[in-house]
Amino acid sequence: MNPVPDIYRILPEVILTLTGVAVMLIDASLPPGYPRRSLGWVAAIGTTLALWASLWQLSLPQGTGFYGTVETSAFTIFFHVLICGIVLVALLLSLDTLPEDSHHQGEYYALIAFGAVGMCLLTSAVELLVVFIALEISSIATYVLAGYRKQTARGPEAAIKYFLLGSFATAFLLYGIALIFGATGTTQIYKIAELVPLALNQTMVLAGMGLMLVGILFKVSAAPFHVWTPDVYEGAPSPVVALLSTAPKAAAFAVLLRVTYELFPTLHFIWSPLLWIIAALSMTVGNLAALRQQNVKRMLAYSSIAHAGYLLAAFAGAGTSGIAAASFYIAAYAAMNVGIFAVITVISGYDESMPMVEDYRGLLYRSPILGAVLIFFLVSLVGIPFTGGFFGKFYSFSAAVDGGAVALAIIGLLNSGLAAAYYLRLALMAAQRPDGSKSQTEIPEPRVGAAVFAALAMAVAVTLILGIAPNEVLRAAEAGAHTLQTPGPRPEVHGIVIERLQTGVERPPNP
Amino acid sequence: MNAINQSILTLILLVPLAGAILVALVPDRAKLPNWIALLTSLLTFGLTLHLPFHYDVQQGGFQFVFGKSWIDSPAINYHVGIDGLSLWLVVLAGLLAPVGVLASWNAIKERRKVFFALFLVQQTAMFGVFVSLDLMLYYGFWELSLVPMAILIAMYGRKDGPKAAQKFFLFTFIPSAPLLVAILWLYARNHTFDFETLRVLIANGQFPANALCWAAFAFLFAFAVKVPVFPLHGWLSDTYSEAPVAMSMIVAGKLGLYSMLRFHIGLFPVQAHAAAPYLIALAVIGVLYGACLALVQRDFWKLIAFAAVSHLSLIVLGIYGFTFIGSTGAIYQILSHGVVDAALFFLLGVLYDRYATSQIAAYGGVASKLPSTATLFVLTTLAMIGLPILSGFVGEFLILSSTFGGVSRGWAVAATLGVILGATYMLWLVQRIFYGPQSELIASRPADDLHFRELALLWPLAVLTLVMGVAPSIWLSAIQQGVHRPPLVTHYRLESGPRRMTITVVPAGGQR
Repeated sequence: MNPVPDIYRILPEVILTLTGVAVMLIDASLPPGYPRRSLGWVAAIGTTLALWASLWQLSLPQGTGFYGTVETSAFTIFFHVLICGIVLVALLLSLDTLPEDSHHQGEYYALIAFGAVGMCLLTSAVELLVVFIALEISSIATYVLAGYRKQTARGPEAAIKYFLLGSFATAFLLYGIALIFGATGTTQIYKIAELVPLALNQTMVLAGMGLMLVGILFKVSAAPFHVWTPDVYEGAPSPVVALLSTAPKAAAFAVLLRVTYELFPTLHFIWSPLLWIIAALSMTVGNLAALRQQNVKRMLAYSSIAHAGYLLAAFAGAGTSGIAAASFYIAAYAAMNVGIFAVITVISGYDESMPMVEDYRGLLYRSPILGAVLIFFLVSLVGIPFTGGFFGKFYSFSAAVDGGAVALAIIGLLNSGLAAAYYLRLALMAAQRPDGSKSQTEIPEPRVGAAVFAALAMAVAVTLILGIAPNEVLRAAEAGAHTLQTPGPRPEVHGIVIERLQTGVERPPNP
Repeated sequence: MNAINQSILTLILLVPLAGAILVALVPDRAKLPNWIALLTSLLTFGLTLHLPFHYDVQQGGFQFVFGKSWIDSPAINYHVGIDGLSLWLVVLAGLLAPVGVLASWNAIKERRKVFFALFLVQQTAMFGVFVSLDLMLYYGFWELSLVPMAILIAMYGRKDGPKAAQKFFLFTFIPSAPLLVAILWLYARNHTFDFETLRVLIANGQFPANALCWAAFAFLFAFAVKVPVFPLHGWLSDTYSEAPVAMSMIVAGKLGLYSMLRFHIGLFPVQAHAAAPYLIALAVIGVLYGACLALVQRDFWKLIAFAAVSHLSLIVLGIYGFTFIGSTGAIYQILSHGVVDAALFFLLGVLYDRYATSQIAAYGGVASKLPSTATLFVLTTLAMIGLPILSGFVGEFLILSSTFGGVSRGWAVAATLGVILGATYMLWLVQRIFYGPQSELIASRPADDLHFRELALLWPLAVLTLVMGVAPSIWLSAIQQGVHRPPLVTHYRLESGPRRMTITVVPAGGQR
């Protein structure tokens, strides 16, 4: 059999890069003042091609390219398709909501495309330095996008906060990588997994793992590394938040799955309780804080922290069931979160004239379709059956119960009861009669353009499909889970690790 | 015929859903949504009537069964079927659908599309709860039934809808979290959600008894809130005073009580039997407490809410008395309460529609203005308080006599006291609203008695209560079969002596 050309392994990333470059070049060659909305279409077409390329990669045999640094497998393709889908929805959303006179539209679309390159690469990297570089590519794009509304006070504030804290987090990750390299002498994920049980200095391995986990958990905004989330979401433009709250998180969760199940499967007995605590903490902190929010975007920011917690509950599951549950949850979470931010973008507009929960009063009367879609996504976020949110939670918690973490499942489900309170507040506000106050009557009917309509339809369709016929997606997630090389927890290793931790560094026996 | 029998339950589930989609698509003009909803619900009712005619009582057990794999992993099946327990409840839900549509005919003046679409979705959810034989499917419908209800309460609340909606939703949603964990736990050990399989596994001692207690408690807690059992009834009075009449008719009681019989007693007979004394005590307290509170209410929606607490508690008493007669009476009482409560709600809705207040003090002497309303109201009241030859009597008698003979005389006497109080507050309500001198409000409004639409609806219900009172055997044969046959027979040995009827719990296979 002919070896697969390396370039095929990163075809979606290549297409996205070319798209970004094309957008920049076209932007530069257009005369000033010429409407630049068409750049968005260029980016959307490029993303669609990347999506198609990811699906095409299914025909490739599983394997690595570029000297074992990137991989294509069912796992990477699952996340590629997911990320490209999210980016596509975010682009469609931006097409109709970005103001026509906005100056830097070219940058905006190019940055989204480059960010997508980083996120896609992040999921397919099997070498720690590539992981780091991919994370930086995606992060830098999102830092800039978060501060895209330069004229407001909140925009730059969000960008700076995100940038400072994000750099810290990536520094943690890099430090962790360095320690792991020091302990094992390699940065190849598969090799490290084999070498970890043999490493003489287990303290170094554990410290490296801990630092890497901190870096990644920051990206998924799990408590206690979540403090940036509400401020960034509030300051960034809504279409960017639709992207920011889903795609980088999906990529980061893919890395987390790799790091935990593929890189340190033998240390399952250490990271599993850690993630247990972080999951419980994220859910509880996220939901309790969200209960008190009056600003819709802040509320959803805290809700996304809680969802990161629900998702981390799946990590209590052993092996493939946990990975599949987590992958499925990411897909469901992405569909409904992108959807709800899309609705919010349309309702509240680019300059966010209506940020508060109170402003949504009577939405169902003013704009029945948007109101119904908003309530639909909220219902899905609550986790009512026959929506994607339900099966996401369901798989996550059943993986937890399977893995023996019944208490975590109970905490999670009680939390979802708590969460219902604030989702419901927004849904019921939308269902109420308008009170006829001045601010209510002046609001123009939100305009739903073709692109936004397509974006909403995609999000609704995916959320519904995940809730009614999740078989296919679940199979894809399971196939992905099987391709991660997970030897599973090996009890005989525990003794070795603990012993070495206690005795400290040992001299290697003379050769 | 076989094909029809297999697909009839699926049709019953799908027709309201299809109607809901159709309502959502047509323009909101000239009562078009109303007509579509009415035709859909009549069609559904017609379909449910197929069931009692083709249910083989001699054979018993689950019939009209249809099973198909829905999701492979975890193995969730679309598995539906009914037995004597659920047969008439499905028909009752079918009957209440057109009643609800007609009750909302003029009451819902704006956003009719939303109302009727959600009303029909609610129907699907209710049917789904009654016919599901797969725990996950059941849970799905159980949760789904909350959403339309909450939205409709928020949209059409009389004073403070959103608050009541939130209360309703949280009260019933949060307890279903432990329920889901319990279901997942049952699944995790054997990888099946199938009701029958799980029942056999539990009866054969496949689960650790200690953890099973917790699972049973989680089930019971979720159902007890939904019924509601004292002291978990906090949501009911707000819901009753805010919800649209059509939704109040279908919200209380049925789903929770049915679930208790099917899934709490059906799956965990040993644990349910152990919990029975507490539930009996709570039920009797509920009967008396509800009745006492109903006596002092000034708002008739609230009065009916507490009356419902009292009546539903009586049914709980019948269920957890663990007697054959009591369980039969309990199901019969669910049916009777469903019909009578619907009629009562409809009539109160008529009064609210005409006079726009629910303060009892504002009424007086309505009978002279609205004679046929008064006639039907009195008839319904009599059925409600359990007058012989009307429907309420049969169930009450069965429950109370079985409690007296099979449980404890003291509790029976106390519960009977509650029934007497029930007659007091209901008759007092009739007196204050319909008799005496005409109040200012009543005198100032023109007489606007029942219209044809209302009469065409209420008289059949009134006749039905009469038939249910004089010929209960039409219903009881299937119900007795349901109580006697699986799910209960494998677990129980009924020992009926001359005076006491006791039940010994016998795990199937008799290992323990």
